[in-house]
Amino acid sequence: MCLAIPAKVVALNGPLATVEIGGVRKSASVHLLDDVCLGDYVILHAGFALSRLREDEARETLRLLEQMGGLEPGALG
Amino acid sequence: MKYISEFRDARLAQHAAREIAALTRGPVRIMEICGGHTHVIFKHGLADLLPPEITLIHGPGCPVCVTPLERVDLAIEIARREGVILATFADMIRVPGSRSSLQQEKARGADVRMVYSSLDALELARRHPHREVVFFAIGFETTAPTNAMAVLLAREQGLRNFSIFSNHVTVPAAVRALLDAPDVKLDAFIAPGHVSLVTGSDIYGFMAEDYGKPVVVCGFEPLDLLQGIAMIQRQRAEGRAVVENQYRRAVTPRGNTRAQAVMATVLEPCDMRWRGLGVIPGSGLALRPAFAAYDVMARLGLREPPALSDPKACECGEILRGVKSPWDCKVLGTACTPEKPLGACMVSSEGACAAYYQFGRHQREAV
Repeated sequence: MCLAIPAKVVALNGPLATVEIGGVRKSASVHLLDDVCLGDYVILHAGFALSRLREDEARETLRLLEQMGGLEPGALG
Repeated sequence: MKYISEFRDARLAQHAAREIAALTRGPVRIMEICGGHTHVIFKHGLADLLPPEITLIHGPGCPVCVTPLERVDLAIEIARREGVILATFADMIRVPGSRSSLQQEKARGADVRMVYSSLDALELARRHPHREVVFFAIGFETTAPTNAMAVLLAREQGLRNFSIFSNHVTVPAAVRALLDAPDVKLDAFIAPGHVSLVTGSDIYGFMAEDYGKPVVVCGFEPLDLLQGIAMIQRQRAEGRAVVENQYRRAVTPRGNTRAQAVMATVLEPCDMRWRGLGVIPGSGLALRPAFAAYDVMARLGLREPPALSDPKACECGEILRGVKSPWDCKVLGTACTPEKPLGACMVSSEGACAAYYQFGRHQREAV
């Protein structure tokens, strides 16, 4: 139910957008999201875009993951 | 950046697993509130990557699972009415009521249609102006704004044959009920990622400030959960209890204010009964009186149904509160299976029992 997936905005027509997920296109509503642009990645839930995905934050998350696992057990005492 | 495969990288999973192991000292009980998280954990076998000191407790964040029996019965009663098209998310169609399910009613001739979005239900109302289209509107804060938007669009488009059966529930009140329950013992929380798209991460502040529990908002890919658990363990190792946001690529502290405004325009808090948790004041959302024309309760003259008990063998209630595991349920895999479910936790794509049945049985010799 809270299933939501990243989708790329490939067309915009007022409050309606065409998004692409894994090569498949479907229509979606952007009624609940302001300032959506072509090429944006959004999180799609029940036919609505709820949030924009931010690439810089995604890269930062992956960078933090790269840094993990370097601790010795008990390093924090 | 495609936002999916990068977050399933096995090498980074090992980094996170090592980090978690290094930070773990002593038993810890972490609740993932959201059923979607439960399924990711099971589907990717994440528990196998964690040290045995960590126990993951599955929370009530499954809107299908927490819909109580009497509301399923009421949906069935609505579907049976002459002229009604009942539009529902697919998950609800197999949930057993006290005597039947929407799927069984459909087989008996009720007009029950599965939809992916509230907008599909609106389209049904447009295409069938002489039928009464009722949308079985369930969901947490992720879905409530989308359902509320459909009501606004119905009004905008002058539709006179569209209404919703509102069964919305909200996270904070339920979590507070769990934190206040004496038999529920939890040390930290993985907060729901997609509810937080709408609400923002700040709303979980009370869990850290009032109850001293670390909270991390996580995304839905395996690496998101592993990183989130590592962040929890780091907080605990450092003696901190704050709200952190692991899902920073999508979630912000204040959330989606447009979606919040749509919710607030159409819906207002109400008391709601949850399977397993009982009545939690202010934990539901009902249509505001100004939108009574889109409220099936007003349109069809329906009353709030009295509470009904679950089948005796069903442990969904205790499982949703986190005090029992699906393995504790005597009918898991025997009288209760995905084909013939006794309770909602086995039916829902986010239900804990469904997750255990589909992905967890390799851990047991026989179920």
